[in-house]
Amino acid sequence: MDYAGLIQILDSALRLSTPLLFACLAGLFSERAGVFDIGLEGKILASAFLSAAMAAYTGNVWLGMFAGILAALMLAAVHGVASITFRGNQLISGVAINFLASGLTVVIGEAWFGLGGRTPQLEGPARFGELTLPFANAIRDVPVIGPIYADLLSGHSILVYVALACVPLTWWILSRTRFGLRLRAVGENPAAVDTAGVSVVGLRYAAVMICGLLTGLAGAYLATALSAGFVKEMSAGRGFIALAALIFAKWRPWHALGATFLFGLLEALGNRFQSVELLGVTVPTQFMQALPYILTVVILAGFVGRAIPPRAGGEPYVKER
Amino acid sequence: MTQSQSQRPGTASQDAPLAIELRGISKAFGTVQANKDISIKVRRGTIHGIIGENGAGKSTLMSILYGFYKADAGEVYIGGKKTEIPDSQAAIDAGIGMVFQHFKLVETFTVLENVILGAEDGRLLKPSLAKARKLLTDLAREYELEVDPDAVVEDLNVGLQQRVEILKALYREADILILDEPTGVLTPAEADHLFRILKGLRDQGKTIILITHKLREIMEITDTVSVMRRGEMTATVKTADTSPEQLAELMVGRKVLLRVDKTPARPGKTVLEVRGLRVVADQGVERLRGIDLDIRAGEVLGIAGVSGNGQSELLEVLGGYRAATGTIRMNGQELDLTGSASAARSRRDQGIGHVPEDRQREGLIMQFRAWENVGFGYHHEPRFGSGMFMDNAALRKDCEGKMARFDVRPPDPNLTAKSFSGGNQQKIVLAREIERDPDLLLIGQPTRGVDIGAIEFIHKQVVALRDKGKAILLVSVELDEIMALSDRIAVMFDGRIMGERLPAETDANELGLMMAGMTGKVA
Ligand SMILES: Nc1ncnc2c1ncn2[C@@H]1O[C@H](COP(=O)(O)OP(=O)(O)O)[C@@H](O)[C@H]1O
Ligand SMILES: [Mg+2]
Repeated sequence: MDYAGLIQILDSALRLSTPLLFACLAGLFSERAGVFDIGLEGKILASAFLSAAMAAYTGNVWLGMFAGILAALMLAAVHGVASITFRGNQLISGVAINFLASGLTVVIGEAWFGLGGRTPQLEGPARFGELTLPFANAIRDVPVIGPIYADLLSGHSILVYVALACVPLTWWILSRTRFGLRLRAVGENPAAVDTAGVSVVGLRYAAVMICGLLTGLAGAYLATALSAGFVKEMSAGRGFIALAALIFAKWRPWHALGATFLFGLLEALGNRFQSVELLGVTVPTQFMQALPYILTVVILAGFVGRAIPPRAGGEPYVKER
Repeated sequence: MTQSQSQRPGTASQDAPLAIELRGISKAFGTVQANKDISIKVRRGTIHGIIGENGAGKSTLMSILYGFYKADAGEVYIGGKKTEIPDSQAAIDAGIGMVFQHFKLVETFTVLENVILGAEDGRLLKPSLAKARKLLTDLAREYELEVDPDAVVEDLNVGLQQRVEILKALYREADILILDEPTGVLTPAEADHLFRILKGLRDQGKTIILITHKLREIMEITDTVSVMRRGEMTATVKTADTSPEQLAELMVGRKVLLRVDKTPARPGKTVLEVRGLRVVADQGVERLRGIDLDIRAGEVLGIAGVSGNGQSELLEVLGGYRAATGTIRMNGQELDLTGSASAARSRRDQGIGHVPEDRQREGLIMQFRAWENVGFGYHHEPRFGSGMFMDNAALRKDCEGKMARFDVRPPDPNLTAKSFSGGNQQKIVLAREIERDPDLLLIGQPTRGVDIGAIEFIHKQVVALRDKGKAILLVSVELDEIMALSDRIAVMFDGRIMGERLPAETDANELGLMMAGMTGKVA
């Protein structure tokens, strides 16, 4: 593979890892606050659908994005009410959200557009365009760094840069602000937060809503930037892959960047090399495309070191039995 | 000795203005009435003790005052003013700080982070941390509460974690400090240190509320004491005007024997011989570092020590469910130290009974009924069925008999284990293990979470078993219990036996030093 080819694969990995990165950071906020969320998938899907539908209807991708975020926020609120206010089982609530999103998007899509669950193809201002970073064209011919800047870093939709910016932002919020300290504390020992005079419920809702916002961005990116419209089940397990990446990243923002990029890279490799010769054996396409899912299974099976989740994770805060 | 009266700042404190008044506080958890119409007055600048058996409602009452629980009825007056306390922030604002029995710390955070949590200045941490570091150093020096501000809490021992909790309250400028059973986790020396700090705080005009079930502590440090029984406040008296006997009677509602009545032991042949026992735990930490012990028939060997110094591991190895190296001989026969399931089962056949430290996790299955629990470990015996079938009627009948003999209340074999009080749960486990007539009984923390009335009963059972010529290994963190029951005392520290003493030839001071790792020779 030549240098240009390498840059191309990395470029594609960056695009493909963006929705994972949004989703992974979303899960990070929620789980660091002690609320497990396997409903990332459903929120991504709902947002992808509504953002594509809104963009198709209005022809404005920004309105589409806000609609997508709204859809994800609504599902996040459902998860919050079920698991924080009513102290229900967080896994069940998450599963319910996934089913709800998977069913509703198809049914409503068919009712609105009659395209078998798809939305119309998005074009022009109804889609996120590619942003050319300053001086990209001027630098392109500089050896080595030229292509990195002009072809790898430049030329993505704005949401890719937003996702990248979310990494240091998340790190900063968690480690440097009062909100972050409290958020981490409530995921470790909610009773400590409660007796320190801070509302456990308020903090957890805040975290769950941030999770909604970020999954909303993941969905909008998927339908209006990476693709040009919604097709049914287009999230394709990304919510679950993001959870695996979150475990791999040990619930830390910078690690999340690395973990999701790895998954993006595997997906990019699968797309690029439909079949590969390895030591005289032909590796079938299906195997190449299954790479991210295989890695997910490996991580969830605990082969990649021991990851210690937030201690109060998954447990509703109950004071009186 | 004139006790602590001499240190009190005169009698003025007895008519000092009220720091706290609670009127008619009631609280129910489901069907349990934890607090019934409780009223109490606490004067400023005093140490006010609250004493009562387990489950009397002490923690509940104080948690209400701290805004952790909401009362169903009643009023709170602080400094004479009626105050609503809907949450802990309101309590903090009213100048109240509380050190809970189970600490409310974020274990993965540093001391500094724990201290500022919820009391930060502004949205960014950096300035808060800098300010807190300075203040913390000052507070630590002033009150002898030194602790490394950058240490991660889970790396600190419980004594230091308790300091962090006290510092948290002082950092929030608490005037009224509530401590719930603070000495349960401390060595005697640490407890003395804590009491010195509390007296210092009182002398500065702060008000202290101290919850405990230890009569000795009440007599030693409090100015006034309130007694609770079954959710009610039965009396408030000046400490100087009362006695341990009177307090015990007020707590239990009848006369209790505070001393254990027993004759000198008549030890027989050696039953258990432990040599060079070592246990290496998961992370490569050595939990037992070469233990040698002998226990003879007809004697109680007490193991004293602060919890976490290897006592639990010792019991687990003897009980057969933890692997170890070294040798153990029971009646001359070598025991299987692989820690496998068959090892655990063979222990019973070899005449070892075990009342585990944590009865709710190791001694009982809480969701199962009493009669099922009474059969555990012995369910394969012919008296309880044949082949793969169990004879439930026989088990039930057996349970009824045991409940009657061990005074389990209520005596209903069909109740689940979790619906009994701590004392009655313990009696169920004891009945199961003692009635099997073991040659050696291992018994860990027999009275942890058990009320005084039941303690008396359990202690009598242990002494009776000894008098039948059985060997008993008693592990307890309660020094009083060790002193009262043991015929010989071994002190454990850091996985080793620091030394053995006869109860008549030692005292709490010497044992306390040994528990802290010193040789115990008092100059
Ligand atoms: N959070 C809770 N939920 C339900 N029941 C409780 C709770 N806390 C305490 N109780 C019950 O209330 C009673 C009083 O308990 P507590 O106040 O902890 O007693 P104490 O501190 O005197 O040992 C007990 O019967 C206990 O089981
Ligand atoms: Mg209590």
